[in-house]
Amino acid sequence: MNDKPEKLIDKKGIRLDGRKADELRPLKLQVGVLSNADGSAYIEHGKNKILAAAFGPREMHPKHLAMPDRMVLRCRYHMAPFSVQERKSPAPSRREVELSKVIRESLEPALFLELYPRTGVDVFVEVLQADGGTRCASITAAALAIADAGVPMRDLVVACAAGKVDDTVVVDLYDAEDKLGAADVPVAYMPNLNAITLLQMDGILNHEEFEKAMNMAMDGCKKIYEMQKEALKTKYMVVKEVGEE
Amino acid sequence: MSSLVTRVRLKQIELLLQKGKRLDERGLLDYREIKIEQGLIERAEGSARCLLGKSEVLCGVKVETGEPFPDTPNEGVMTVNAELVPLASPNFEPGPPDENSIELARVVDRGIRESKAIDTEKLCIEPGKKVFVVFVDVYVLNHDGNLIDCSALAAMAALMNTKMPNYEIKEGELKIKQGYTPLPLKSHPVTVTIGKINNTLIVDPWLEEEQVMDSRISMALNDEGNICAIQKGGSGYFTPKQILEASKIAQEKVAELRKKLDW
Amino acid sequence: MPIFFEKKQLVTPGELLAEGEYLPGENTYMEENKIFASRIGLVDTDNKKVNVVALRAFYVPKMGDIVIGTVVEVGFNGWTVDIKSPYTALLRASDVLSRPFKPQADELSAVLNAGDLIVAKIASYDRAHDPQLTVGEPGLGKITRGQILHVTPTKIPRVIGRKGSMISMIKQETGCQIILGLNGVILVTGKEPEDEEIAIEAIKKIEEESHTSGLTDRITQLLKERKGKVEEKVEENKNE
Repeated sequence: MNDKPEKLIDKKGIRLDGRKADELRPLKLQVGVLSNADGSAYIEHGKNKILAAAFGPREMHPKHLAMPDRMVLRCRYHMAPFSVQERKSPAPSRREVELSKVIRESLEPALFLELYPRTGVDVFVEVLQADGGTRCASITAAALAIADAGVPMRDLVVACAAGKVDDTVVVDLYDAEDKLGAADVPVAYMPNLNAITLLQMDGILNHEEFEKAMNMAMDGCKKIYEMQKEALKTKYMVVKEVGEE
Repeated sequence: MSSLVTRVRLKQIELLLQKGKRLDERGLLDYREIKIEQGLIERAEGSARCLLGKSEVLCGVKVETGEPFPDTPNEGVMTVNAELVPLASPNFEPGPPDENSIELARVVDRGIRESKAIDTEKLCIEPGKKVFVVFVDVYVLNHDGNLIDCSALAAMAALMNTKMPNYEIKEGELKIKQGYTPLPLKSHPVTVTIGKINNTLIVDPWLEEEQVMDSRISMALNDEGNICAIQKGGSGYFTPKQILEASKIAQEKVAELRKKLDW
Repeated sequence: MPIFFEKKQLVTPGELLAEGEYLPGENTYMEENKIFASRIGLVDTDNKKVNVVALRAFYVPKMGDIVIGTVVEVGFNGWTVDIKSPYTALLRASDVLSRPFKPQADELSAVLNAGDLIVAKIASYDRAHDPQLTVGEPGLGKITRGQILHVTPTKIPRVIGRKGSMISMIKQETGCQIILGLNGVILVTGKEPEDEEIAIEAIKKIEEESHTSGLTDRITQLLKERKGKVEEKVEENKNE
């Protein structure tokens, strides 16, 4: 049994992992990591390690799930059994089912569903290692996988969470802060359209704190968005440089 | 008849919304008629039925004994399950819970759990060994829109109606005594769901509105008016301004819902 | 009226390209007078139209397009063909057989079987139906020899070159017959496998460097070098 730390954030405003209230965990993004998927991306966010792949647009299987006038997005969020402290059964848990749904709903607004009727795009997210904020990291990677597959998008979707530890509103909670903190607010965002596509909250916040958390999460999103664009450009930039001898 | 909303109907809904009206003559921020009845299922330790317009949810609470979770040895356990019973809608099929019933259960659970509605420490019988386990089963009997608010009300009313058997520990054995104690509650969370059609926010979307709305946001507030759970749903989006507007609307509607709970 | 990019800049989905009196072209969309990119690619203007040449896209059928596909299944009255598109294509038996058709599956598999390659034309396609193919024109039909390569469909115009100049040059220098499927599938048929290899190498190079300048010269150079080597080898073989 771990001892619960007395304070999650000290008098100087430094959190248990050394970060300040508005600091993000280190992030690494790579696009085009799987050769069989139409599009793919890998994210390392703090200790989170998550792989996302997109297939399609392609014919729906089973066929009766296809819609006559639009494309269907399907999403599967799944955690590997070894991704968490106590081995997790590979069978989908209720949490994974809910997260698959909210992740899908965070990506749908970015797609032009009416453009490719009767087809489907399948997105698979595998959490290889988890340390809090996996749904946000998953969305960030999934959006890159979809763009890498050449599916037209209104904007990239990026996600980041904010919350409250002790009495301070902070950005990007890791697992310990999520479990011991007072609130967690994951947000997914399309920066160029100022559109929030995922918003959840658990914990207790007054309205002021909630507004602050939401804004902090959006600021985090904007920072991560720049990294997303870079990661996408990097993959295709290599191609560009080849020609410029 | 198909459950698709025709384009003509959709236009009708949109035109009315522009005038600040809805198909059933409600205002944009009005709830449908709410009726709550408690105690209909004597076999359950607590029960309640909520009618929200024509949506109907029955919630039964069973209290049993069991082991606590290892990281909370002094606290009782609560679990929420939801069934989208097939007779409630032509679109509900029998089978294991699908993503909609799982989301419904987890959203209702979050409102109750995060607000610490149940005083779980008072559910401890023997620390580390035996606690009361509260099973909250949400049973959707008719789907006419906004199952989240209807279920949250039914669940809260059922918990307020729940009585736990009195007990004593004699010679290391748990013995049930005469009489009951009401389930110890610390908060009475209430959930308000707001839908968005084009850019109009409406409270308590009804079935047809749900079929045309692009997204919804549900917020659970505790007795102090603080937010304890939020869930955005649907394949559309909200602007940050709309989110803040929704939270203000939720704050205003909460008093009305609490009155229905007699709290 | 403002544009927010430089010629041939690499843009990502959602990047703001222009505002005001511009029109949304390929791989862009317009919202409230602003034009955004919808795919990753290189942006440029063509009069008032803002276009993004996508670096990654898939083929959407268009009537009249020549495509190269693989027969996947022999059905009752036709074949299902994979044209590397979200939509599977259909080739009706009645299109292939010149006489009235009797639905006996055996007959069909004798004409075209799963695994066969065909060059076909998109005869019809709309939102509600999968594309229908036809092979009833000269130059279309079953492929019996040659090599196949895949390129992103958006690169095909570059392989063709201005007024067909690029592809003509490759055909000439290698002596190969080259059929360019607009779905990104290319058939190269030459007298010798070495000739086919040169053509394939040239096309692959075009795909990788399609957005750079001076490409035509580099391709010409490549063809000369490779052809020189081939000629040397032929000489060697002669002298043995």
